[in-house]
Order: sequence, then C-alpha cells, then structure tokens
Amino acid sequence: MRTQTEAPLVEPRHVHSGETGVALDGVAKAFGDVGALADVSLRAAPRETVAVVGPSGCGKSTLLELVCGLLDPDAGTLRSAPAALMPQRDGLLPWLSALDNAGLALRVAGRSRAEARAAAHEHFAAFGLDGFERARPAELSGGMRQRVAFLRTLLAGRPVLCLDEPFGALDALTRAQLQQWLAGALAREPRTVLLVTHDVEEAVLLADRIVLLSPRPGRVVAELDVPLERPRRRTDPQVVELREQALNVLGVA
Amino acid sequence: MLAAVIVIAALAGWEALVQGDVVDSLLLPAPTEVASSLWNDRGLLAPDLAVTLQEVLVGLLAAVAVGAALGIGMHVSGALRRALRPLVIGSQAVPIPVIAPLLILVLGFGLVPKVLLVALVCFFPVTINLYDGLRRVDPDARKLLRSFDASRWQSFRLLEAPAALPAAFTGLKVAAAVSVIGAVFAEWAGSDAGLGHALLTANGQLETARAFAATFLLFVLAVGLYGLFALLERRVVRWR
Repeated sequence: MRTQTEAPLVEPRHVHSGETGVALDGVAKAFGDVGALADVSLRAAPRETVAVVGPSGCGKSTLLELVCGLLDPDAGTLRSAPAALMPQRDGLLPWLSALDNAGLALRVAGRSRAEARAAAHEHFAAFGLDGFERARPAELSGGMRQRVAFLRTLLAGRPVLCLDEPFGALDALTRAQLQQWLAGALAREPRTVLLVTHDVEEAVLLADRIVLLSPRPGRVVAELDVPLERPRRRTDPQVVELREQALNVLGVA
Repeated sequence: MLAAVIVIAALAGWEALVQGDVVDSLLLPAPTEVASSLWNDRGLLAPDLAVTLQEVLVGLLAAVAVGAALGIGMHVSGALRRALRPLVIGSQAVPIPVIAPLLILVLGFGLVPKVLLVALVCFFPVTINLYDGLRRVDPDARKLLRSFDASRWQSFRLLEAPAALPAAFTGLKVAAAVSVIGAVFAEWAGSDAGLGHALLTANGQLETARAFAATFLLFVLAVGLYGLFALLERRVVRWR
C-alpha cells in the first residue's frame, strides 16, 4: 500500500533530540530504470540502533541518503529527526587535520575554527586519537580514520546517525576492535542509529533490531529483534544463533 | 646525478661537433661560444631580459585573474559554462602570429599588446585545469557537506576550492612554461626591446651565438617560472 509522496522532509528538521526517531512507510526509490528500493517500511525508535543488512547493491546506501534528506523518495512517506551521514568511505578531507575534519560539521554550522577545534578536542582522548590532532588523514591508520569520521558525525549534533558500512574497508582485527569501541561510544552517547552493513555478525553485535533487505530493488524480507545484554561477544551462543537465523533468511546458510 | 652526466655529455658532443667542423659554427655555435656571448653581450641582453620578464609576469598575472574568474564562473553557472566553453577553446585556435601584428597595430608598441598575447596563451591551461579540478570532487565528501546543510558558498570554500588546488597548480605550471612563447611572438610582431627582439636582430646580423644566448635566457625564464610555481605548490598543497 503506497501513499503519495509526503517528502521533502522539511518539517522535522529541528525537532528536539531523539524525539522522532526514523519512520519509513512504503518508501520506493529508483534511478532511471533501476529500482533501488521498493516499498520499504521500517522504524527506528529514539535511541534505538537498527541494523540494515542486505546483499551488495540492495539500496542500503540509498536508504541512508533518503533519511539524511540527500534524496527524495519517489513514493511513500519518510519522517526523520535531523540525521547525520557517515559515508561508506570515510569522506575525510585530505587537506584538513584530524581535529579540523572532526569539527567540520560545526564549521558548517557557523562556529569559528577555534570553537570547532575545542569541541572536537574534548573527545579526542576518549576516541583514542590523542596526539593525532594535527595529523592529516593520509597519516592515520584505517581504524583511526573511521574514528575521526565517526566523531565528525557525532559532532554534527543530530539525533539520528546514519552509518554506511562504517567498518567495511577495515581488516578483520581492526574491525572487531572498532565494533567493540562503537558499542562503547554509543553506550556513552546514545543516539538513534541506522547502521548499514553487509556483515550479519556486526549487526547482531551492535543492533537492537535487524532489518533484512532483499536484492535490488531492496524490500524488507524480515526483521529480527536482538534482545541480548551488552556487551556482546561473537562467541556467545545467542549471538551465533541469531547470526545463523539471519543468514538463513538471506538464503546464505 | 645521472641527469647532470647526461646534460654534460650532450653539451660535450655538441661542442665536439662544432669544433670538429662537422657543422658550421655560423649555423650552430658551440656551447662555449654561446656562453661567451652570454657574458660578453650581457650589457645588451640584460635589459632585454628585464623587458621580457615584465611582459611575462604581468601577462601571467592577467591570465591567472581571468583564468580563475572563468574557471570558477563556468563551474558555478551552467549558462556561463555553455556560453563560454566554445569561446575559451576557440581562443586557442587563433594563430598567435596572425593576431600579434593586429594587436600591435591597434595597441601600439608598448607593453599592453605583449601582456595581452601572453595572457591569451596562458589563460587557457589555468581556466581548464581549475574548472576540471573544481568538478572532480570526491562524491562522498560532497554528500557529507550537503548532509550538514552546507550552503553553496560553504561547499565551495571548505570543499571544492581546496580540492581543486592541485589541478590549479598544474594549470599554473603549464602556463608558466608556455608564457614566453606569447611574449616572443608579440615582440616579433613589433617592438624595440625584449629577448624576442634581441633574437630577431641577432639573426639579422648573423650573430648566431647571441641568438642562442637569448634563446637560452628564454629557456631559463620558463624553467625558473615553472620552478617558482612548483615551489609554491609544495608549500600550499601539503597533504600530497
């Protein structure tokens, strides 16, 4: 059942933090003849982490761009609190220091360079970036770049975070470390999170709920609750069981 | 090190060719003859060098101003882009030896027509490289700034302008290398000073060594300007 387009989502831009969450109803989006998303409905309650999992090219990134207001849906309704995007590749600007990259959203919001730097620097120790304030992205490891990118997303001050495969480009060890680290960071600074990933295990470790998408054009094939205590470990029996369950739905296992 | 050896070997070969009377030194003076002309005729050549240097520097400055305005204008406005692109490209089809005498005729023997010709040769690489650089911005970074609700001006200042700097410097270096061509053609069309003028008179007097000395100075001028921009690039574009 599709309603007519109610987007562009101008109205909820300045809602109090975390009041609205994210709500999509029957959202469809196509690029020319290529359907990216077909009839997607999903919800993320305030401060809930929802993982969106699906095969490559199922429109996961498109979904995040819709939520961030970078695209308008062709059909359906989309309501979201203001959202900040963390793009798939970190999107760090190579000419800016780690500190200036982290504070970029504040600069765009009209704060001075000094204010943006001070605000970013408050988090540097907690993010394990101490001593790398002046380093340019090319001098940082992959894991550090992702942390700078995540801090930049966090400092945008939006209630919703849209993370697009934040650890996709990292080696397995760094990825495991950063997954733990992200779980901790979100416990300290709870936000509504849409986490796009193709890694089912990552979804089970980090999310409150998992939405599984079909191949393109993406539609929701199943939703799984993850009612597990945190911190979770990949070897926990329930984690393993949920992972198998999700892979089953995706037709892999 | 190897580069120095190659240069010295080439010069030595050239010298041997002339000294051994394989080539007439009236047609091809030996490097030593060029060097001694460079020294003996310095009183003649130094003022010419100053004149050409001035033409090239002012012309380059004009080219950078015009090139930057056109490159940015074509980037931000689709209408400007469609209107200007054929003109900008077409301007490079105008043969300099044809247009140079016309400019001299209209504008006289002074500095202005020389500057115009240098600028005509140089603005194209500046414009096109800057324009391309502004367009080739990481699409992820573009999305990111849009998601922060950045204004057009903010994404230009924070993203596009810095991203375009390396390409802009490429344009400047190409412009520096070709700038002397414009100056020499302009001087050939009508002038009483400058290295191009010195070349012309030396040729007329069969002073081949002095003609080569003037050419050598043009060479140094182009390489020097290129080096200057390359140095500036290294200081400004530090993230590469």
